[in-house]
Amino acid sequence: MGVKTWIEGWPVYRQLTGTDPLGRGAAAQSKKSKELQPRTETADRVAKSVCPYCAVGCGQRIFVKDEKVVQIEGDPDSPVSRGRLCPKGSASLSLVTSERRQKKVLYRRPYGKDWEELDLSTAMEMIADRVLAARDATWEDADPDGKPLNRTRGISSLGGATLDNEENYLIKKLFTAMGAIQIENQARI
Amino acid sequence: MAEAHPVGFQWVIEAKNRGAKVIHVDPRFTRTSALAHTYLPVRAGADIAFLGGVVNYILSNEKDFREYVLAYTNASMLVSEEFQDTEDLDGLFSGYDPETNTYDQSSWQYAGQQDEGQEEEDSHVDRETASGLEQESHGPPIPADVPRDPTLQDPRCVYQVLKRHYARYTPEVVERLCGVPQEKFLEVCEAWTANSGRERTTALVYSVGWTQHSVGVQYIRTGAIIQLLLGNMGRPGGGVMALRGHASIQGSTDIPTLFNLLPGYLPMPHVSQHETFDQWIDAIRHPEQKGFWSNAKSYAVSLLKAYWGDAATEENDYGYGWMPRLTGDHGTYQQVLDMIDGKIKGYFLLGQNPAVGSAHGRAQRLGMANLDWLVVRDLYMIESATFWKNGPEVQTGEIVPEECKTEVFFMPAASHVEKEGTFTQTQRMLQWREKAVEPLGEATSELWFFYHLGKIIRERLAGSTRTRDQALLNLTWDYGEDEPDGEAVLKEINGYDLTTGKLLSSFTEMKPDGTTSGGCWIYTGVFKDGVNQANRRKPGSEQNYVAPEWGWAWPANRRTLYNRASADPEGKPWSERKKYVWWDAEKGEWTGDDVPDFEKTKPPSYRPPEGASGVEAISGDDAFIMQGDGKGWLYAPSGLIDGPMPTHYEPAESMVRNPLYGQQANPTRKVYQRSDNLTNPSPPERHSEVFPYVFSTSRLTEHHTAGGMSRQLAYLSELQPEMFVEVSPELAAERGLEHMGWAHIVTARAAIEAKVMVTDRLTPLRIEGRVVHQLWMPYHWGSEGLITGDSANDLIGITLDPNVLIQESKVGTCDIQPGLRPTGRELLKYVQDYRDRAGLAADHHTPIMTVGEENADDGQQ
Repeated sequence: MGVKTWIEGWPVYRQLTGTDPLGRGAAAQSKKSKELQPRTETADRVAKSVCPYCAVGCGQRIFVKDEKVVQIEGDPDSPVSRGRLCPKGSASLSLVTSERRQKKVLYRRPYGKDWEELDLSTAMEMIADRVLAARDATWEDADPDGKPLNRTRGISSLGGATLDNEENYLIKKLFTAMGAIQIENQARI
Repeated sequence: MAEAHPVGFQWVIEAKNRGAKVIHVDPRFTRTSALAHTYLPVRAGADIAFLGGVVNYILSNEKDFREYVLAYTNASMLVSEEFQDTEDLDGLFSGYDPETNTYDQSSWQYAGQQDEGQEEEDSHVDRETASGLEQESHGPPIPADVPRDPTLQDPRCVYQVLKRHYARYTPEVVERLCGVPQEKFLEVCEAWTANSGRERTTALVYSVGWTQHSVGVQYIRTGAIIQLLLGNMGRPGGGVMALRGHASIQGSTDIPTLFNLLPGYLPMPHVSQHETFDQWIDAIRHPEQKGFWSNAKSYAVSLLKAYWGDAATEENDYGYGWMPRLTGDHGTYQQVLDMIDGKIKGYFLLGQNPAVGSAHGRAQRLGMANLDWLVVRDLYMIESATFWKNGPEVQTGEIVPEECKTEVFFMPAASHVEKEGTFTQTQRMLQWREKAVEPLGEATSELWFFYHLGKIIRERLAGSTRTRDQALLNLTWDYGEDEPDGEAVLKEINGYDLTTGKLLSSFTEMKPDGTTSGGCWIYTGVFKDGVNQANRRKPGSEQNYVAPEWGWAWPANRRTLYNRASADPEGKPWSERKKYVWWDAEKGEWTGDDVPDFEKTKPPSYRPPEGASGVEAISGDDAFIMQGDGKGWLYAPSGLIDGPMPTHYEPAESMVRNPLYGQQANPTRKVYQRSDNLTNPSPPERHSEVFPYVFSTSRLTEHHTAGGMSRQLAYLSELQPEMFVEVSPELAAERGLEHMGWAHIVTARAAIEAKVMVTDRLTPLRIEGRVVHQLWMPYHWGSEGLITGDSANDLIGITLDPNVLIQESKVGTCDIQPGLRPTGRELLKYVQDYRDRAGLAADHHTPIMTVGEENADDGQQ
């Protein structure tokens, strides 16, 4: 370690000779904090994304390291948001990484007092069973005048407005082919 | 806007820094008011009186942008002699039928076209099926040729009809109804008109609480009338801007999961209106009218080809016979009441939490408790998945877990960073999201869930010869093995030329003969040139201010609709300062900063030949190309259930007798008169004093809707930890409420408790000679999450706008009392006591038509 390095390692020296006379910034930096690197620097990759809260559509950059999201920042390239995020958008890292997120399929049986775990493929088969049974039990071929109805009113759906266009497209397509008409969305509300 | 769309609000501040004047009109002082030049407190539910006053100011002082109004609006068109106004009929338009509470609209038509008007039966069907929503992409039907008076002097021309309609909406009336002092109101009128015209434009921005009224559509119509009169539509810095509240709520309307719509605003077939394929097509395109909607058959056939591929042929009407049919109102609120009545077996909730987020939370939860099965897909555990365990009705004993039969599946959902796809933001712009990581644990995307559900169902039905199964078995449903490819779905939405296999570049390439496909015609072009246009991210700093190379906006990447109106009838910019799109005579084409909203090479001088219809009938100066007559509508001769011009009606719940008309509230509003959906009494009914205050609800910056994406997060929960109610110091004194103490709020549906915030952000208003107090609550709380509290939406009943079936949830009447609400069974008795005092027996019917009913009755039948 040379004399220069040694003496610059002394905060008071930096405070007296540098650009930070009040010792509130660079002069007060410790060795440890100097060596810290932002998560955005050490990320393996960045995905371009959009904030999932309101409809302004602020650009987000999703920083990924070891296949985990490590940081979400506003995208300065976006002509909509110019890199800014509001409190909710800024909290979206915890939205996607919180320990409170549900990771398992859960099942509450009729008259049950608590949740049980169920594996995904069993749940999918059970739901398909119920859809087909409800559809058959409530199927309407035609109205009293014989005009075609081709439908079921035994099934309802209410979708959030944070789903992708591609998802809404498949939802409407499948339900329409199934004859289920009671398909609604937050857009009504 | 600063509260609920903070990052969008940066542009208001940009404008303010460049000299723009910012006016904020709101019942409550917010962060937006704090940064505005002028803040005006108003009474919630009186917006048409306020804006009608502005219309009156413009017309009585001739402040309209006359050249624009003459060229681009229907001001000069003559209205039928049979039309009678609310000013003649005490708050009703001509054609009202008190039996059905709908209008025969024949007399609302332009002169000589009374036969074109909606008859009462159609009007009734249109209300039940919320047909107003179809007009998001195009105007309602109207014939092209209409008699006119370009001098605007004929007493039957729209300009004069409008002027008479609003003549009584004077500054004095605005003060009496809205509580806004006349000089403050005139200041707004002067600022708005002075900042509009050739050289300047004014923007009208609203958040969608504006839509959540029994006259919500007419609120926005009033704003549109002002903006048309002042020449602010289709021009830079102008317009009527809806700030929608969810990342892809615009997309959810364009590619709807709505009962009455198919993608691109095509109507879901109705059993009697659209019995055959041809009837369905003609109902969309209206053969004789002007505009691009005349190509509806191409859009409709392309959708059916996208759904059913090779199985959709000319011989089978492209599969039209497989489509299910509507018979009436199948909306979310009708469904909830049907759940209570045991008519519905299964329910899917997809990132949606109606137990907290929809009106009448109690009805929502009781409905869910009466299903056979419920599938909830969400990121976090939400109230709609746990109503059987710890909802408010478990506390009152109305839901007993051991007796509740509903089977519940909770499926964890993938987050926005765990899947790829597009959101459509509030300006119709699609932005592609790249997938960052794999979904957590067993979480799946909706794309995965519905693809695989469809696959399982189709496998179960394989080989079935039942007619009802053919739509499923013939469906094109091949999106890969595991996670469907989002781009493949977006390409299906964009559409293909089926003869070459190439992606379409524009909806104008769609064909009516089955040789093209496309899942949503207004989105055609999102894959122009085979490129995912929604994934374009050229930095804003490297483009012009319109930023056309960031994402992709429908239709055809146009950022401002009807921008032909930014040039004068000859195609020249109205001014150098407000130049946007114009006719380049040398090149013989329209050009400018945005994609022109006009046929590129049709000159301003073009006049259609005699008898033309469709696109050919659009004249070179018809700026509003999706309207049946090419004009912006000051007066709407069709397309609206509740009248051709916005009229002030009181909210469904009000303590004020309508000062302008005998008709108290919207006479065509959609009501569900049931013992579990009682409405607080309003004059001329007696007992409105039992619920003497006005309340409104809205969002906090730190929370999101029903809380599923915010009350679960530590930072946001710490920033806004508790349910609260804001009251003025005067109301606090009147009711003995203490700052930071507890209070409870009561309506005919529920009583909820909240911490009290005494603040002068709320102003008592003087309305009709009396003081009206308003209180305000956020609606984010429920029984799950890091922070819990009572739900404001439990207070609200179900009364809907007739045009689109949205609920009136931004204004109601209530009582407020100090202290916590009762708990358990006592709570039910407490609310019942209020109903008894208000004269609300279980069979109570709220009177709808109140013209000539000055003698109040109890509403009992």
